[in-house]
Amino acid sequence: MVDNVIAVRDIGKAFAGVQALDGITLEIAPGEIHCLAGENGSGKSTLIKVMSGVHAPDTGTIELNGKTFSKLSPIEAISNGVQVIYQDFSVFPNLTVMENLALNAELAAHRTFVSWKRMRAVAEEAIAKINFTIDLDEKVGQLSVAQKQLVAISRALMSDAKLIIMDEPTTALTKREVDALFAIILDLKARGIATLFVSHKLDEVFEISERFTIIRNGKSVITCLPEELDHATFSHHMTGREFDDNHFVPEHVSDEPILETRGLGVNGAFADVDLTLRKGEILGITGLLGSGRTELALSLFGAKPADSGEILINGEAVDVNSVRSAIAHGIGYVPEDRLTEGLFLERSISSNIVISELDSFVSKLGALDQRKADAEGQRWVDELKIATPNPANAVNTLSGGNQQRIVLAKWLATHPKILILNGPTVGVDIGSKHDIHRILRTLASEGLGVIIISDDIPEVIQNCNRVMAMNAGRIVAEIDPRTTTESELAELMSKDPSTVDGKG
Amino acid sequence: MAKLVRKLTKSNEFYLLLVIIAVSIVIQLRSGQFFSANNLVDLANAMVVPGIFAVGAFMVLVAGGIDVSFPALASLSVYATTRVLVDAGYSGGVWLPFLLVIVVGAILGAFNGLFTSRFVVPVLIITLGTASVFSGVMQGVFKSVQIPNLPQGMSDFGRSTLFVATNPESGLTSNMPMAFLILVAVVAVAFVVMRYTTFGRGLYAIGGDESAAARAGFKVRKIKFWLFVIVGIIASLAGLVRTSMMDQMHPTNLLGMELMVIAAVVLGGASITGGTGTLTGTMLGTLLIVIVQNSMILVGIPTFWQGFALGTLILVGTGISAVQLTRSRKRAPALVQG
Repeated sequence: MVDNVIAVRDIGKAFAGVQALDGITLEIAPGEIHCLAGENGSGKSTLIKVMSGVHAPDTGTIELNGKTFSKLSPIEAISNGVQVIYQDFSVFPNLTVMENLALNAELAAHRTFVSWKRMRAVAEEAIAKINFTIDLDEKVGQLSVAQKQLVAISRALMSDAKLIIMDEPTTALTKREVDALFAIILDLKARGIATLFVSHKLDEVFEISERFTIIRNGKSVITCLPEELDHATFSHHMTGREFDDNHFVPEHVSDEPILETRGLGVNGAFADVDLTLRKGEILGITGLLGSGRTELALSLFGAKPADSGEILINGEAVDVNSVRSAIAHGIGYVPEDRLTEGLFLERSISSNIVISELDSFVSKLGALDQRKADAEGQRWVDELKIATPNPANAVNTLSGGNQQRIVLAKWLATHPKILILNGPTVGVDIGSKHDIHRILRTLASEGLGVIIISDDIPEVIQNCNRVMAMNAGRIVAEIDPRTTTESELAELMSKDPSTVDGKG
Repeated sequence: MAKLVRKLTKSNEFYLLLVIIAVSIVIQLRSGQFFSANNLVDLANAMVVPGIFAVGAFMVLVAGGIDVSFPALASLSVYATTRVLVDAGYSGGVWLPFLLVIVVGAILGAFNGLFTSRFVVPVLIITLGTASVFSGVMQGVFKSVQIPNLPQGMSDFGRSTLFVATNPESGLTSNMPMAFLILVAVVAVAFVVMRYTTFGRGLYAIGGDESAAARAGFKVRKIKFWLFVIVGIIASLAGLVRTSMMDQMHPTNLLGMELMVIAAVVLGGASITGGTGTLTGTMLGTLLIVIVQNSMILVGIPTFWQGFALGTLILVGTGISAVQLTRSRKRAPALVQG
């Protein structure tokens, strides 16, 4: 039995009376790929901060390199080989790759003057460690997310790391980039470097992890091997709730389509899209990043008007050339990036909800009836179970799942006939994800036509009654989710590499 | 070679230089006076004070803030120094005024630094406040009035010249002031600090991402504090130079220069949001503004068009960099990535 790289025992930490961590124990062996899973607010980030020396725990011990600490300083953590790769990578977008890699070393050596020659040598050595080829003089801000991550990993490896903690490393990566990241993690393992992989994405943690620790409300729930868990028990441990894995079956589907497109196309994005949507249905559209799925959503919503083809609503051809006309035709859109596209983060919850239907709260004199608007905001907060003490609070006080519910509420308040959701549960924890799915199913059974656009394959298979796969700007197949497996659908999305692999 | 060309055409300084050359040629064609020896010396002369100020404004801008207090800070420190020396009947060399103004400038800068490093309030807001405090202290506590006779050392320094340029046609002469050497020295020291010290690289790092800088091990508060001490000294030097060259202390003469100086720095390619920009760009930006201010008379354009021309320059200059930014952002997530 080899000694652990790090072992934290009975860690407790409270902030202003709230117990963030309560008796957490976690051991990581050399070269182990360990997954730390938990919902937002479960204490994952606090635990990382205890392990990296940012927070001092109230109780418990940290064993590192055979020494026992009651608390760590960031310098002690780093000098004992613990490195954290933060979600934002902590890189300087305005500086070159070389400086991003080498500045830490210059600082650690307490230098007053920097030497560009020495920095270049240090940086070259750092990228060579993971066989990462990149122009050292390129500004980091110009790099892709995956490249930034590699810069952060190279930097972490410079100081003889024994454990690399990766905080939600796959959030903004494409599937292929995730695979490349996993290859690097396995390479680190071969060199005896352990990885603590923090994530709540089920399929990924099952693919890479050798051992799991799941925490909930600041307590360790279970530490086990992946074989001992399946998706349902995993979700149960994370949330403490039971979920049924049933497929969505629409109850009342109208005979006539509510929305239809014929040969719809946007130059350079997608072409020849024919689709139909009936009342009561949830239609899934899935495809890889760049397959045209987002552009299709935007053109149905008038934000990126189609160059060819036509859109029919209730059998009549209509001109959806602006967001306003889409709203007038009863189309609602919940965007992919709710932070930049859908919400005014600093404004209150209720004003965010009512913003799309402000017109209906204007009195005859032209003034806004604030009380009526607030009442409407409160109604939706109750209806969608948005966890807030007060609808007058700013939206940025809420968690990701609750923010997504507000975007949903905002569009439901306009009483749409058709609701298009783009990546409805990206960055949302499991519990909220199930809640959002439940809301969508209810909406469909109440007669709404719903389109979910997502690359989350389990999501579309479970929640849609029909799924269309997009590939390189075209609909390549329509499948019945009850008879299609996840891997079959994944294959449809990514096959024919000659067209998909095109560099853009 | 191809790499050098690519690097050049990507740099803001290259285009700024093209604009300066174009403007110079136009003025030369219209007036025939631009490339005369005395006009060039006049331009160098006019660049000294805004140039020194611009170095300080540039350093703050790199760290991600906008300092609007430097003219008021310079006025106060130079006024206090001059008042004390005149009242004491000082008649020695210029070294003492320089020493005093550096000490007072550092203290006033530390006042800025204390607030900006302790409070999470934008530098612009803090320095708007301290600017008022500085000019309030000058006008209230010191009951500032014009001081017509400076200490001998300052007057001598203001009048001392490196060389005299004469226009062979008109016979007009222009003096190259000794103070130009101060500008050269400030730029040289700032260049070394910004490029070759961990402090200077720390300013870029903070301007890029402050929390990442803290995680990397930069002592962010300390760096910010000393930044404002240094900027206080630089601004006070500019103030002393201006006062000496005018040969009188006019308390409100400098006030209002901040926007022109910040415009010059931004025109030189420093981003308002921090983290980017070079001293070369800063000096070129200042030169362009000085050329426009000084030479419109040569072309026979009424002076009231100056403001209009400056405003247009700033809009075009910042507009171009904004367009470049949006373009590079659009390019980043390519449409088909697979």
